[in-house]
Amino acid sequence: MNANVLSAKTEAELTLAKAYASAKPNLPGDRKIQALREAAFRHFDAQGLPHRRIEEWKYTDLRTLMHDAKPLAGAPSAASRAQAKNAGQLLAAMDARRIVFIDGAFVPELSDLSGLEKGLTIRSMHDALAGGDALITAHFGKVVPSDGDGAIALNTALMTDGALVRVAAGSTVERPVLLVFTASGDKPASVFSRSLVVIEQDARAMLVESHEYKNAYQVNAVLELVVGNEAHVDHVKIFGGVGDAVHISSMMASIGTRARFNDFSFITGGAVVRNQIFMRFDGEGALAGIRGASLLKGKQHADNTLVLDHKVGGCQSREVFKTVLDDESRGVFQGKIIVRPDAQKTDAKMMTQALLLSEDAEADNKPELEIFADDVQCGHGATTGALDEDLKFYLMARGIPEKEAEALLVQAFVGEAIEGIEHAGLRDALLGQVASWLSARV
Amino acid sequence: MPMLEIKNLHVTVDGKQILNGLDLVVNKGEVHAIMGPNGSGKSTLAYVMAGKDGYQPTQGEIRLDGENLLDLQPDERAAKGLFLAFQYPLEIPGVATMTFLRTALNAQRKKRGLVELSTPEFLKTVRAAAAHLEIDTDMLRRGVNVGFSGGEKKRNEILQMALLEPRLAVLDETDSGLDIDALKIVSEGVNRLRSPDRSFVVITHYQRLLNHIVPDVVQVLSRGRIVKTGGKELALELEATGYAQYQDEAA
Ligand SMILES: Nc1ncnc2c1ncn2[C@@H]1O[C@H](COP(=O)(O)OP(=O)(O)OP(=O)(O)O)[C@@H](O)[C@H]1O
Ligand SMILES: [Mg+2]
Repeated sequence: MNANVLSAKTEAELTLAKAYASAKPNLPGDRKIQALREAAFRHFDAQGLPHRRIEEWKYTDLRTLMHDAKPLAGAPSAASRAQAKNAGQLLAAMDARRIVFIDGAFVPELSDLSGLEKGLTIRSMHDALAGGDALITAHFGKVVPSDGDGAIALNTALMTDGALVRVAAGSTVERPVLLVFTASGDKPASVFSRSLVVIEQDARAMLVESHEYKNAYQVNAVLELVVGNEAHVDHVKIFGGVGDAVHISSMMASIGTRARFNDFSFITGGAVVRNQIFMRFDGEGALAGIRGASLLKGKQHADNTLVLDHKVGGCQSREVFKTVLDDESRGVFQGKIIVRPDAQKTDAKMMTQALLLSEDAEADNKPELEIFADDVQCGHGATTGALDEDLKFYLMARGIPEKEAEALLVQAFVGEAIEGIEHAGLRDALLGQVASWLSARV
Repeated sequence: MPMLEIKNLHVTVDGKQILNGLDLVVNKGEVHAIMGPNGSGKSTLAYVMAGKDGYQPTQGEIRLDGENLLDLQPDERAAKGLFLAFQYPLEIPGVATMTFLRTALNAQRKKRGLVELSTPEFLKTVRAAAAHLEIDTDMLRRGVNVGFSGGEKKRNEILQMALLEPRLAVLDETDSGLDIDALKIVSEGVNRLRSPDRSFVVITHYQRLLNHIVPDVVQVLSRGRIVKTGGKELALELEATGYAQYQDEAA
């Protein structure tokens, strides 16, 4: 029987199991954390990498998309530290507090830790796991249960480092906190980063993650985010970089009473991207906007999967996801909205739109509404189509060349989602990235 | 050399023959009015001149300053000096009118070997042109034609024309949907641009417009060809008699 299970395993799964066995003694964490790792690993070992027969992973079969598993990343070398000095440049105009990670490992000497605003604490997750931290005790692994998601389990088993950020109750952190994740070298590695961010009651903060990997890196990044009662939080994750990285990203967010939460995912980089967001309203009267834009070309595959749980009533959620697909790229959007029996007066609207710039591109879209309350407003809409030829002709008839006309229309298309970002500097930076993506097409 | 010369033009749309051997000559500085019944092919003529996909010329040629337009992309035709004011201007949400105007103007300047206008120069030019047409510059911050009334859209077409300074402008029913005051404003906008070096083809159903924009030549288009050419008095005559006699002739 054992032999049967083993023979069904892929090379990547076998490599990951070996990696866990040899890394285990050195992975940070006390007994409790070790027990969590062990349980998570057993789960992974039994289930394997998420694959198409698991409904949630139907369109993104990691067993076929991950041909192998790269070796676990080691500590970043001096050379890579020197190289990472300029990481996060694209967002320089934002004037953010930059915190740098190389191969998932926190690099204090490259991070701006001076003059931390009152109420703001930033720590390495490695140190917090190794030495203990009250936030870990209170929240780790508990923000939104992951219901046995294989990617999150694998992260829990192998996580090494990441950020632990706290904004104390009532504090306003004016400067955005920018977490820059960069790769060390030319040799592809596996990175398992894990972050926990707790924004307490009535606090205000903006967190931006910029992931700038290259070549065939394999990244499994998990963020747990607690948005306290009446807190106001913006979170933006940029999947940038170059090359054909595999990037599996999971965010679990809990939203408190009358809180405001704005989330944005921006995907241009990576060969395979899975961006999963599990968000739960835990207090009434909160507002959340979950938005995203993906610009894909070549054979890129990007999957945005949302599970939004209206556990309590009186909350409003708005989802807008835009995907631009060129060449033979593939975009997937899965959006599930759950409205629990007690979540009366829920107002949830989801919109997803795909723009196909090539006949060989493909967009898959799976919205799901699970509504158990009766006094709610819920809706979703989806469109897939090519550029409007009549609009293109109108622009060209005014002297605008075809590619430029297309660029204007694509910018307008994704702009609708990007406009939802409150921070002007970040909005401009992303619009700039859209423009450079488009000019690379010409 | 005539500014515009169309010879024996045949055009099909969706496999249906719409223009059948249309001839038209417009000399430098002339204003031609084209009138004709609904469905006779006036907009088809305008679109095929501008190069819209799906309007398939099967025979004949269209020459602007001697150059065959049919070989050129729509943007290249525009850069050569052709402008079409659309019968139904389109709305482009998310593309600010200012961005659109600036991109168009600079694209044409670039193709003509001119330097791009600086932001202050551009703004000054737009503001002046908008003021003439009584267009509130606040409107130009919105998406192209988004939330514009029918009349405002038509005025916006004329604003584009004023900025782009074409050699040949084709106005497809620019007067429809305009109130009496707007009709005057738009006509004045056109008349301001009249010059010995610029020609106009004005498609209209109404003699009223031609009181403001006085044509040199009136052409009657019926069933895909020009069936009658005359002076401005022809428009008055048509007002009285309608098109019945010409439809018979074209048949
Ligand atoms: N896509 C199409 N497929 C088939 N027939 C078409 C198509 N577009 C236009 N036509 C036909 O071509 C003919 C000419 O249309 P066109 O719009 O050029 O007329 P017009 O003279 O501008 O009319 P109007 O005065 O109503 O604006 C009409 O009979 C119309 O139905
Ligand atoms: Mg017409």
